[in-house]
Amino acid sequence: MAQRRFNALPGFGLTFGFTLFYLGALVLVPFAALIIKTCQLSWADFWHLATTSRALAAYRLTFGASLVAAVANALFGTLLAWVLVRYEFPGRRIIDAMIDFPFALPTAVAGLTLASLFGPNGWFGRYLLPVGINGAYTPLGVVIALTFVGLPFAVRTLQPVLENLEREVEEAAATLGAGRLRTFVTILAPSLLPAVLTGFALAFARAIGEYGSIVFISGNIPFKTEIAPQLIFIRLEEYDYSGAIALAVVLLVFSFLLLAAINVLEQWAAKFQH
Amino acid sequence: MPGTPKRQLLAGRAASRRGTEEPPFIKWLLILLALAFALVFLLLPLANVFVQALAKGWSVYIASLTHPDSRAAIRLTLLVAAISVPLNVLFGLAAAWAIAKFEFRWKSLLITLIDLPFSVSPVVAGLMFVVLFGLQGFFGKWLQAHDIQIIFAVPGIVLATVFITFPFVARELIPVMQATGAEQEQAALTLGANGWQTFWHVTLPSVKWGLIYGIILCNARAMGEFGAVSVVSGHIAGQTNTMPLQVDKLYNEYNTAAAFAVASLLALLALLTLALKTFLEWQQAHEYEKAQKPVVDSPSTIN
Repeated sequence: MAQRRFNALPGFGLTFGFTLFYLGALVLVPFAALIIKTCQLSWADFWHLATTSRALAAYRLTFGASLVAAVANALFGTLLAWVLVRYEFPGRRIIDAMIDFPFALPTAVAGLTLASLFGPNGWFGRYLLPVGINGAYTPLGVVIALTFVGLPFAVRTLQPVLENLEREVEEAAATLGAGRLRTFVTILAPSLLPAVLTGFALAFARAIGEYGSIVFISGNIPFKTEIAPQLIFIRLEEYDYSGAIALAVVLLVFSFLLLAAINVLEQWAAKFQH
Repeated sequence: MPGTPKRQLLAGRAASRRGTEEPPFIKWLLILLALAFALVFLLLPLANVFVQALAKGWSVYIASLTHPDSRAAIRLTLLVAAISVPLNVLFGLAAAWAIAKFEFRWKSLLITLIDLPFSVSPVVAGLMFVVLFGLQGFFGKWLQAHDIQIIFAVPGIVLATVFITFPFVARELIPVMQATGAEQEQAALTLGANGWQTFWHVTLPSVKWGLIYGIILCNARAMGEFGAVSVVSGHIAGQTNTMPLQVDKLYNEYNTAAAFAVASLLALLALLTLALKTFLEWQQAHEYEKAQKPVVDSPSTIN
């Protein structure tokens, strides 16, 4: 059975056993607990709890804002990856290192500083508010926070693909008389597309579950700026376990569908990287 | 005839640049756009943390950080990281050893399960532990009868943090260990080393950068986790508030300067994480280059 290939090495039983035990105790048991509790609800109850009008408004905001933020990440992530890989300019290495900043910064701090920047006295808010752009306590604020959080996923997925791209193919296209725009559209874009889509999906998946960075900037107004994870939190504070669980299951199912899509995309992207 | 050979050559170069590079004004436009985006979304949010933290002067800053509740939050955050990071390092090493050095069925399923916590919303992760250990949860009655508190107490915070940071170390180590294969370990065993010696002297040095990388990321997330910890903590100031929760509490009390003061420590942690990460990547590239370079003869031996 196991150990067939490298059977001289010791420690399989110990490490495999510990891995299964640790995984089971800390991840699978909590999952199972949630699933069992869900199964104890009748279908009618579950449907009722998962589709209250307040829940529907929360899904709409969560999925809508995540989608908009993921599109923004795909666009700006591609721009940043392209500029960082292809051009030399002062400050390039600092920007490159800073791309991971949203990933390293605790979400609560991200939410705090963004809320302050876009608030009425903030560095951005004081200029944006007079022209009618309100980033604090609005759905726009949710999009801003999610764009911040998702940026590293989009850039870091595309960057290695761009680095490994063979310049010879572009040179060949140029030699054959293609202009730069035509080379980009017909040669570069198709080979970058899978990575851009993977980055988009990763940013989207991250945005769906995001909580910390949003609660500061959104104001959590029911039906208007309340995201699904926030509503789960409120249900728990009301000791409405069933309500919290029903919402959580909807989020989980969606996350897993997205995860499956990301796997397909990554396999597709791998085909383009020999 | 289009001129001298030199001019032909220059014209040819310009044509090939036209084909493989963007015109300068597009290039600089793209760079400017990227810099503007980085300024608005990366640099100014970071700068704002420190400016706001010091807006009322150093004395208020220091007073905010030395407040008993803040000190308790810092202690708790350090404690939680000190428990959860080593646990996940131990798990990461064990999982990577089993997965990278041996063949078994359902391996890809196991790898998928290890990644599972990444795809769960932090709030849902916290909810899972409430369902298990909360008063209405599976073990709630039993825990109450034995006077053990997990939810709204430190054990719950540790459990939620371990869950959220679960994949970090394993995820970095598995590909690195897979890439090094098992030949070196087998050679060590053939030469008479035992299993532990092989692990300490052969495996660990070959994966050290990946391991440190994983630890840094795991630690940053452990200290900064908000959603999952927020669900299980109960928000008791001075007792179950970690630093991110303390930031939230101060912000809700409109004590902005103090909220930013505590947040500035977390931002420093993020900067330190980035610096170490960049250093490690540089170090790895350097070692890789050294390994690629052919051994250079010392000048004295030639001629």
